[in-house]
Formats: sequence, structure tokens, C-alpha cells
Amino acid sequence: MREVAIIGVGMTKFGELWEQSIRDMFAEAALKAMDDAGVKKIDSFYVGAMSSGLYTYQEHLSSLMADYMGQIGVPGLHVESACASGGSAVRAAFIEVASGMSDIVLAGGVEKMWDVEDGTIVLATASDQEYEAYNGVTFPGLYAMMARVYMEKYGLTREELAQVPIKNHKHSVNNPNAQYPFEISLNDVLKSSMVADPLRLMDCSPITDGAAALILCPLERAKEFTNKPVKIRGVGAATGPIALHDHRDLTRLDAVKLAGERAYRMAGLSPSDISFVEVHDCFSIAEIIVAEELGFFEYGTAGKAIAEGQGTYGGKVVINPSGGLKAKGHPVGATGAAQVIEAYYQLTGKAGARQVPNAKFGMTQNMGGSGGSCIVHILEAL
Amino acid sequence: MADSARYHREKFHRYILEAQKFDSGFVSLPNRYVDPYSGSRSYEKINLKGTGTILSYTIIHIASDQFAHTTPFPVAIIETDEGARLTVMVTDCDINDVKIGARVELVFRKIMEEGESGIINYGYKAILI
Repeated sequence: MREVAIIGVGMTKFGELWEQSIRDMFAEAALKAMDDAGVKKIDSFYVGAMSSGLYTYQEHLSSLMADYMGQIGVPGLHVESACASGGSAVRAAFIEVASGMSDIVLAGGVEKMWDVEDGTIVLATASDQEYEAYNGVTFPGLYAMMARVYMEKYGLTREELAQVPIKNHKHSVNNPNAQYPFEISLNDVLKSSMVADPLRLMDCSPITDGAAALILCPLERAKEFTNKPVKIRGVGAATGPIALHDHRDLTRLDAVKLAGERAYRMAGLSPSDISFVEVHDCFSIAEIIVAEELGFFEYGTAGKAIAEGQGTYGGKVVINPSGGLKAKGHPVGATGAAQVIEAYYQLTGKAGARQVPNAKFGMTQNMGGSGGSCIVHILEAL
Repeated sequence: MADSARYHREKFHRYILEAQKFDSGFVSLPNRYVDPYSGSRSYEKINLKGTGTILSYTIIHIASDQFAHTTPFPVAIIETDEGARLTVMVTDCDINDVKIGARVELVFRKIMEEGESGIINYGYKAILI
């Protein structure tokens, strides 16, 4: 297997992009990534999108995106794994480069979420349609049921849980691509409208339009394109049950643990080597459970640790320097690719005021559904 | 999301609570060819008695359009006495009485309508006992 590097990245601003279609957004991100890497022609590409069909009545993204990013003729593939689609696209591109099949491969993701009125029903397709969504449960509802058990089992308070979005919003202030780059107070969280008890609006990632893209190539060729490539040192992926009720422990996300272990093993690293991690904080409770499954904190302790500052600058590990899904925004299919872009910025010293100092290794964790799939990447500064 | 053909296929689970007990001990309400954990394909069919315990719950305040008219409503993950796990609405109760560990019984109820002229979809909800 060949070693693989990232040589260029590009993304749209995240937010309500009323003037841009799904093709506009992906083309913008892809062209920025190609310009960043200095490549005019790619060998192949992967586009992650959770549900372009339900959101925009547009499928066949391989053809559409090749056409609109000026790469007609190049092989492409639409990758779907719910909210882990973007991370899955990066992994697929990694495999294609590592295998020797292709040299210059674009990996990205996109979601156009603001064109539909009832987005709740689209997101519910990532759950078990016949045995969860049929009975009225929403995605916030599933994570609320995890939060309920976690809070009862470990004594996590509502105020401690609120510290996750408060921290992520604080980080987002320095991210020019973030959807909601402003700080929020404890009162803002506790007084926000109830979505699925105990989760309130400020516990939930927003509805976001956006796209993100990266260019991968063999590490041995990376210096042809850039002085500062980032190596993809470890990749781990795993699946879990489609329905939350089939998780044997409702406070655990087994797929995250498995994916993390596989990535650590490939990288030859452990949690103490990681300076920052972009995690899938689709809901506040998710960041807490994920931080435990990835080995940064003992089970039952991450919520209190984050509330005490262990998840920010100067703490044990900087969690979501970008602002995370909550504040940067969560265009579901783009999120996993955008997480890797944040790692690229951090590891090349391009993260501006949100730079994590002296970062050698960073991690990204992208998750589908209520833990039904998970992709973890470990990135290395060269 | 429901439509007539899908509804027809699911009738065994939505009308008579027929489940599978695999030789590993795993109990599944949805029909499966294989136990997702042990890989066993050997099972017996059992009918659930309909009683169980709440493992977790939430109160849904923002629902999809199909259920928006009934908010706020409780939804719970329950484990039946036979060991099957289900996600169901909890109905006919004061929402403050829904608790982890509460005993419930499954009752046959209308779940939704497929628009103005479609079929009515039924299934099970839980009541507190």
C-alpha cells in the first residue's frame, strides 16, 4: 500500500447559501481545491452526499459534478453513508491512491439542505425507517435518549452538557467559514426551545448548505505540488446497528470505538499523541460519548472534563477547533470532508487565530445516524 | 414514511408482535435472516406477550410533519420481557410519569394516515402499567 498525502483543499462558506445550487457549491469547493493543489486534471473523484435525491431531487452526482467542475470523462462515484458520507468519500479516495490505481484523486462532499421544508423527514432516513422513524422518533430524539441514560448513569448535569456547544461556539468565532461564528451563554442554551427533552435547540447542529473538497496523491509525489503536504497516517471505519435500540449499551457508540482503534493501529499512535480532534458533535451528547470512545477520557468523565476546559486550548486535547458541527455548520454530506480540511489547516499552520500550537498529529471523526457508521482519520504534519 | 406495499410486508410485526429468538439468545422483532452479532441463522418464532420496561425515553417537541400535530409526545426504547428491543411512542399518560425503569404494556393503535385518501397505518404504542 502506498502512503497518501493531502496536497490541496477547498470549501464554500457554510450557511444558508440561497444563491448557490448543489452543483455550484461542489464545483466551487472542487475548483478551489484543484487551484490550491495546482492541478488542472484529476484522475478520479468521490463525492459524498447523504440525500441529494430527497433534498434536491438530484441523483447521479458522478456525472453532474464531473460536468460542472470541468472534468468530463473522469471516473466518479457518489458515496453515501448518511452523515458519514464525506468521511467515507475521503476514505474511498485514500484507498484508490494507496492501491496504486490512481494518483490524483479528489474527495469531497456536499449537501443542499435549505431547499426543502421538512428536513426532519430526510434526516430520519439515516435511522431505521420501519422500526424507528415509523414510530415518530426524530434524530434529536434518538440522541436525547442517549443523553437521558448517560445523565442518569454518570450524573452529568444539564449545565455541564451545555458546556459542549458553548465551547464550540467560542472556537467558531475565529473560523471565517463558520455558519454561526458567535459566542453563546449558558442561559442561551438553557433557555433555547426544547427539541427532544433533554436536548434543546442549542444542543443541536444546524441546517446548513455547503461543500468541501480535498486533493489526494501518493506521498512520494506530494512535493511536486506543495511544500506542506499533510499525510493521512491512519484510516479506520466501522459499522454499528442501524437502530439505536439495538445498541447493547445506550451510552456507548461501538462503531466509533472500532473505527478509532483501527485508525490508531494503522497510524501506530495512541490518544496521547493527538493534539486536536474534529468530532461529530451533531448533538452535544455525541461529542461527550465520542471523546470517550476515541480514548481521550474514561467512560463517564468526558462531560465533566470538557466543562472544566480539558477540550479546549491548553486542555488535554482541543476538541473541534473549527467550531464543530454545532457552530461551523453541518451540511451532512460535506461534514466529514470539511473536518479533514480543518485538520489540514491546523497541520499546515493555516488556521489563523484558531491555530492549535505545535500540532503534529490531528484526528477527525465522522459518524452516520445514531452510530450506525463511523470514519476516523489520523493526519500528520510533515 | 409509509406506503401500502411496505405496510403489507410489515403486518406480522405491526399486528401480532411476532419475533424471532435466535439460539444465541438474541431476540429480534424485525424479521432477519441472521443474528447480527453471532451470525447464527437458527431461531424459533415467538409471540411477544407485550409487556416490558423503559430503557430510555425522550419527549419529542419538534416532530416531522407526519407527527407534528401530536407534539409534545413521549417516545421510549423498551425491552420486552422476552428481550426484544423496540422504539415506540408512549401514550395515554401524563408525560411526567414516563421514567427509565417504568413498566409498560404494548397496545395496538393508529400510527398515521397516508394523506387524505391513503390507508391508515397501525402499530404498537406503549402505555404505563
